[in-house]
Formats: sequence, C-alpha cells, structure tokens
Amino acid sequence: MALNGTEAVRAESLVRHYKLGQSIIRAVDGVTLSVKKGEFAALLGASGSGKSTLMNLIAGLDHATSGAIVVEGLNLAALKREQLALYRRHTVGMVFQSFNLVPTMTLTENVELPMRFAEVDRGERKTRVQEALRQVGLGERLEHRPSEMSGGEQQRAALARALVNRPKLLLADEPTGNLDSKTGKEIMDLIRDLNRTLGMTVIMVTHERALAERYANRLIFLGDGKLLSESANTPGGAR
Amino acid sequence: MKAYDLLELSGRNLREAMLRNSLTTLGIGVGVASLVAMLSLGIGLQRLLTKQLGKSSLFDSVFVTSRQDFRPRRPGADATPLTPPKPLDDAARKSFEKLPGVIEVYPSLGSVAEFRLSDGPSSEPQTGVLSGLPPSSRSSEAFDDFQGRYFSGPNAAEAILKTDFARELLGLPEIRDTDVKLTSDQAAKLLGKDLVLRYAERQSQPAPGASGQPPDAAASFNVVRKELKLKIVGIVTSEPVRGIPRTGQTSVFLPVAFAESLNMIQPGDLRTIMRQNEGKTYLALIVHMAKSGSVPAAEDEIKKQGYNAFSILDASRGLAIAFRIVDVFLGIFGSLALAVASLGIVNTLVMAILERRREIGIMKAVGASDGDVKKIFFVEAGSMGLLGGCLGVLMGWLIGRVINWGVNAYFTRQGFASQDIWYVPLWLVAFAIGFSILVSLLAGLYPASRAAKLDPVQALRHE
Repeated sequence: MALNGTEAVRAESLVRHYKLGQSIIRAVDGVTLSVKKGEFAALLGASGSGKSTLMNLIAGLDHATSGAIVVEGLNLAALKREQLALYRRHTVGMVFQSFNLVPTMTLTENVELPMRFAEVDRGERKTRVQEALRQVGLGERLEHRPSEMSGGEQQRAALARALVNRPKLLLADEPTGNLDSKTGKEIMDLIRDLNRTLGMTVIMVTHERALAERYANRLIFLGDGKLLSESANTPGGAR
Repeated sequence: MKAYDLLELSGRNLREAMLRNSLTTLGIGVGVASLVAMLSLGIGLQRLLTKQLGKSSLFDSVFVTSRQDFRPRRPGADATPLTPPKPLDDAARKSFEKLPGVIEVYPSLGSVAEFRLSDGPSSEPQTGVLSGLPPSSRSSEAFDDFQGRYFSGPNAAEAILKTDFARELLGLPEIRDTDVKLTSDQAAKLLGKDLVLRYAERQSQPAPGASGQPPDAAASFNVVRKELKLKIVGIVTSEPVRGIPRTGQTSVFLPVAFAESLNMIQPGDLRTIMRQNEGKTYLALIVHMAKSGSVPAAEDEIKKQGYNAFSILDASRGLAIAFRIVDVFLGIFGSLALAVASLGIVNTLVMAILERRREIGIMKAVGASDGDVKKIFFVEAGSMGLLGGCLGVLMGWLIGRVINWGVNAYFTRQGFASQDIWYVPLWLVAFAIGFSILVSLLAGLYPASRAAKLDPVQALRHE
C-alpha cells in the first residue's frame, strides 16, 4: 500500500486485538483512514473507544494484529522492533497526558534524551535543546527536575522533547488532560503554532469535542474500535 | 547509542539508587575478596614451598652413584639399555662437569671425625660428622640468617658449625629446639677461634712392581691419624641441604674443595680396595644444575654413561599437581561467594526494572531500541562488577595482609622466621577483576533482556 503524495498517515483495515484472559478485546477493529500532510487531526471518542490504541499504533509503540498502517512511506506493520525504534526516533514526536518526563533528569536532560539515542553530537545537542525550548517558550529553570515545575512547564518541556529530533508527525495524547483550562489553552495554542509554522502534521487524541473543534481541521470519531465518522472542521476560537 | 551516553545514563541510574547499588557492589566485593584471599593463600603457600625447595637445591641436583656399589632397584625396567658399570672416579666427575647446564659437581662427603677447641672450656674432644659444602650453598636459606660469616674461599681452612654441635663444644646442656640460636656471648666464644680436627687420612701406597700406575690406583693404602687446625667462621641452626639429604646430622661443614684435599677415608674405600685397577672412587657425586628444567636430560645422560642417577624432580611434579588441585578447590570455594553476590546483581537489576518501568517506556517512546535498553542495564551490571572487583581485590589483599601479620606474629613468638604466606600476583588482580566483570555481565543477562523486551505501551500505562 503506497501513500499518495499528500498523505502523511494511512490506515487500512487496521485491527488490534488484545487477549484478556479468555476474552478478546477488539481495541481497534478494522479502521481505515488517512491524514494529510500538514493536517491537524483530532481523534475523538469516549474512553475505551480505541483512540489511544490507534494512537499507539501510529506511534509505532504497538503492533497491529492485522491490516496495514503506513506513516511517511513506512509500513509499520512490516517493520522489525529495531526499525520501529528508528521510526519513533526520527519520524514521530509524542506528548502525553501525564507528560512522561523522566523524574530523575533535569528539564534540559529530558529534552536531550532523544538525541542520545539518535547519536547526535554533543555540541549540536546544546543548540538543538536551546532551539526546542525557545520554540515552546521555556528559557529558565532548565536545570530543575520535573517535580519542581508546574504542569504547564512540564508539558512544554515534553513538547520540546518531542520536537528536538525534528519529526514530521506530532502525536498528542490528551495533552491538556492534566492541565487547568488556561494552561491547557496555552499548550494547545503552541501545538497549533507548530502545526502552522513548521507544517508539522498533528494528530491529537481527546475526548473533549469543544477542544477539537477549536483547533483541529479534521475530526475523526471512533467508537468500539471502529471509525464512526470523519469530517472537516474549520478551527475556531480565539487565537 | 554512543559510549559516553551509555556510561552517563548507566552512571546516573547507579547513582539514583545509591544505597542499593552500593550494597550490591559491596556484595560482589566480598565475593571477589574471598576469591582473592583463597587463591592468594594457595599461591603464597606454593610459592613459599617452591622457594624453599629451590633454595635447598633438591630440585636442581642429580645424585649419582656407581652401579658397582648400588644396583639399580629394578634392573631391566628402565628403558635405557644397561651399559657395563663404570667406576665413579675423577674421569666420571670430569665428564659430568661437561654436561650442558651443570654448575658444579662435588662429592657427597661424610666422615666421622673428632673435634675440640684449641682453647676452650671443654678440652674434651667431641665426635662429629664432617661434610663439605659447595660454593653454591651460600644461597641456601640456612645462611639467610646465621651467626658469623661464610667461608672466605673454596680452599680456606675454615669451619661452619651446626648450633647443636657448637653447644656440645661449649659444654652447654642439650636443648630440644635446634632452631634456637646461640646468644651473642656464646657465639663470641666460638667465632674466630681455632678448632682442632682429628681425622683418618687415606694415604695411598704404590703397588709393588707397578710403578707406572698413578698414585691413586693403588693396591693398598694406609690409614693415618692426622690433626689440623680450622678457624670457626660461622654457626648455622639448620643444615644447608645440598642434593639428597644425608642421613644423620652433620656437625661441622668445610668448603668442599678443602675437605676433599684432606683425603679423608670414606666408607666406600674399603669396598674399592677389593677391586682391581681401580683408584680413588667416589661413593656419590652430586651434579648441581643451573635450572631444574635441565635435570631430566642430565639424569638420562648420566644413566646412559653407566651410573645410577636419581633426582627428586618426579616428586616435585606430583607436588605441583597437588597444588594445582588445592588451587582449584580454593578457587571454587572463593567463587561460591561471588556466585551468591551475582544473585544480588540479578535481584538489584530486576528491582530496578520494576522501579524504572515507566522510564524504560519513556526511553522507548522517544526512540530507544531494545538494544539500547539492554546495553544500559549491561553497563550497570558491568560497572558494579568492575567496582566490586576493584573493591574485592583491595579487601582480599587487606585480609591477606592482616592474616599474614597475625600468622607472623605467632611465628615470631614461636621462634620461626616470618614468612609471606599470602601472595597476590598482578595476574591474580587482573583475573579477579575480569572474572568479577564477567560474572556480573552474566548476572545482568536476564534482567537486561527482560528490560529490553518491556512493552512500551504497558510500561507507559503503568501509573
């Protein structure tokens, strides 16, 4: 399955089943969808709708049971574990609801971490860390550990970490879920700016329809592991 | 991942759980220490024994006798074909001296003689056994610590006394422990003084009508009483054993060349007088080799020439094997502690996986491969092995020093010379550290692969 020139992500009859004791959980059950390059897509659904599982499949953290998923020309279902690691390293960046910063590392070290695995030279790392932190509006308290920072600052750091290897695709899993509405808005504005200025494709998982409608230009609804509907959206709300 | 990143990440992880990792490292240290202590004891004892045996030159000497005097124990069992027996005379001695690797050939002399001090408390003559010492005996451990000095030359009319005989000469009571030296006052009464030696000399007589023969090839000889003044230069507590230990205790030692020149009557003389056309022969010659390695060849060659030859090298080979076995057993016992310590590594690292589950998930999410995660855990295990190894070598060495000190304190009180029974050679240090790293890496094998296989989705879900 090949992508046409404008597609960033394409899933074809994508299935992910889990075995839980005797029963089989159909987390993703035959999803076919595509996301264009530079698009800001929102995956919407109640909890248990399979949106997070779909996100993990796109992130290359999980393996599909069947079907195909192609991101930036790579068929993830056919990749070996080592190749998937390379894909995660260079092609996607992820932010999570719970930030997922390494608690024992300072902010700078957290942002630097992906470049250690990517074997970026130490001299260049410094510049890139600075650059990423500037992009997310963090310039101070860089030598503090995550526990000493506010939620907003932590999420900004996580965003900087996602950007530092210059991925083509940014995945955000409920990025505002642990933030108050004001900070959440700041983070969402930031993500939208990255989407617009860098032309980075963004896929966001959320259960807040309002949030999705304000920022995304495409809404994808999931339920019981199936694609319910998808629609174009004109982002609204204050800039 | 680059090496310095690997070291940095692993180092950070080790520091984060400082107490637990320190205890694990200490555990490895104790294991390595026990290994080092055990092996260095084995090596030290072996070294001590080899040194002493080497000094006594038991292992670099060949003891030669004539087949005329002593029949081979198992005739025909020996692979070397029996050549006709030859007398053990000066010609034989010269041929032995020409063998490769020979330092010296000297007769095993032992004669009973009478001694008295020319001016001493006891003018009563004392009977004692006299024997000769070759120049190489200077390096014998009997002369490591003795009173007086060594012979001034190979032909000096000088004597070195055994302590127990010196006591007899001074009329002191006999004591059991022959290792006790004379007091300096007692020694001063002997050293530099004259010792009168009375012995039986063999004076050859030419056979009637056989004037062309060398004087030694005599049909008869006279036994004449002789007296000679010797200067006492030294007193030793133990016998500087050369070659095969003689039965009976020697009382007085002379330089072997000088002792030979005295032409004292030897036990074998009575036997040789019955043989025709045979002059002065030796009862036994000791062939002293430069290296114990050349002993077997010399032994074979001497046997081929028609003599009995014997060396203790075969016995020493058995000894070396025995020590190897002891070393292996000590090593196994030492390794047991290290094996237990390696379980500590497994435990620590498995704990670390549980604790760092989320962190491993994060690392995978930002691009760490299975191999990267594995390597981090491996380096952590290896670092603990390296540190524990170094610590263990240090502790093992200290334990050895302390025990050595204790043993020597006891030795000194008991009147023995202090000895290094503990020896840590450089190769043991390298081996112990290398072994510790290897064991630690093996212990890290399971935790590392378990960490690497961790599913990132589950690891990140874990809250």
